[in-house]
Amino acid sequence: METILFAAFALASILAALLTITAPAPIASALYLVVTLFCVAGLYVLLAAPFVAAIQIIVYAGAVLVLILFVIMLLNLKPVEEKISIPWHAAGIAVAALLLLVVFLTIMSVSSLLPPASPLPSGYGTVGQVGRLLFTKYLYAFEVVSVLLLLAVIGAVALIRKPDAGETDAD
Amino acid sequence: MQIELTHYLLLAAVLFSIGVMGVLTRKNLIVILMSVELMLNAVNLTFVAVARYTADLTGQVIVFFVMCVAAAEVAVGLAILISIWRHRGTMHIDSVKLLKW
Repeated sequence: METILFAAFALASILAALLTITAPAPIASALYLVVTLFCVAGLYVLLAAPFVAAIQIIVYAGAVLVLILFVIMLLNLKPVEEKISIPWHAAGIAVAALLLLVVFLTIMSVSSLLPPASPLPSGYGTVGQVGRLLFTKYLYAFEVVSVLLLLAVIGAVALIRKPDAGETDAD
Repeated sequence: MQIELTHYLLLAAVLFSIGVMGVLTRKNLIVILMSVELMLNAVNLTFVAVARYTADLTGQVIVFFVMCVAAAEVAVGLAILISIWRHRGTMHIDSVKLLKW
């Protein structure tokens, strides 16, 4: 059962990811990206991380993708004219393929050293366990991240603010 | 067939490479931003998989921080894209070459 689910989610996520980067219209890319994110969330459930899966769907498929779709529709984006220069395109694919090959060989060479699936302690991956770790051992990182999010909000507002009437636009 | 850590790592590597390919081959800024999201997701998958197979929750906690940084990155990135759109009227990556030597 686990094998079938893993195969289904893995194939669907790879297919949707390929469609994300090949679809001509940005809106189609965004919708394929949602499919990829849902498949990865399914894999999180298989990996005994239900809370991370829920956060993935709420934050990524919910907030981030809505933001991207909102911008695409707000700007009424048409597909940009992608004059494909063959050498540059081929170079991009070659770099990605080379990267995949190197990582593939590395994983295969250490594959026998990787730990097998071990029985998990009870309560592994639940909200309580993750939350306890988040609010004790990683409390400082948690607080720093909240400041980072605040800065991102301020930065985003400052970037897209229209210049005031009296103020001259620098650009 | 038992699903091992190797399979998850290989899947994450494939997803990451697809993200790299998207960044290198597409010309639409918003699609490039989505490809970066793909790469971040591949890394998150690696974290959760290793956390599962070592029975250590730290990996799952790190994923939260990565997601927070990704959310911040998308917010600021989209703000920059809207800014570019206002000034240049296009989303083509070749319109943004002020810092190119």
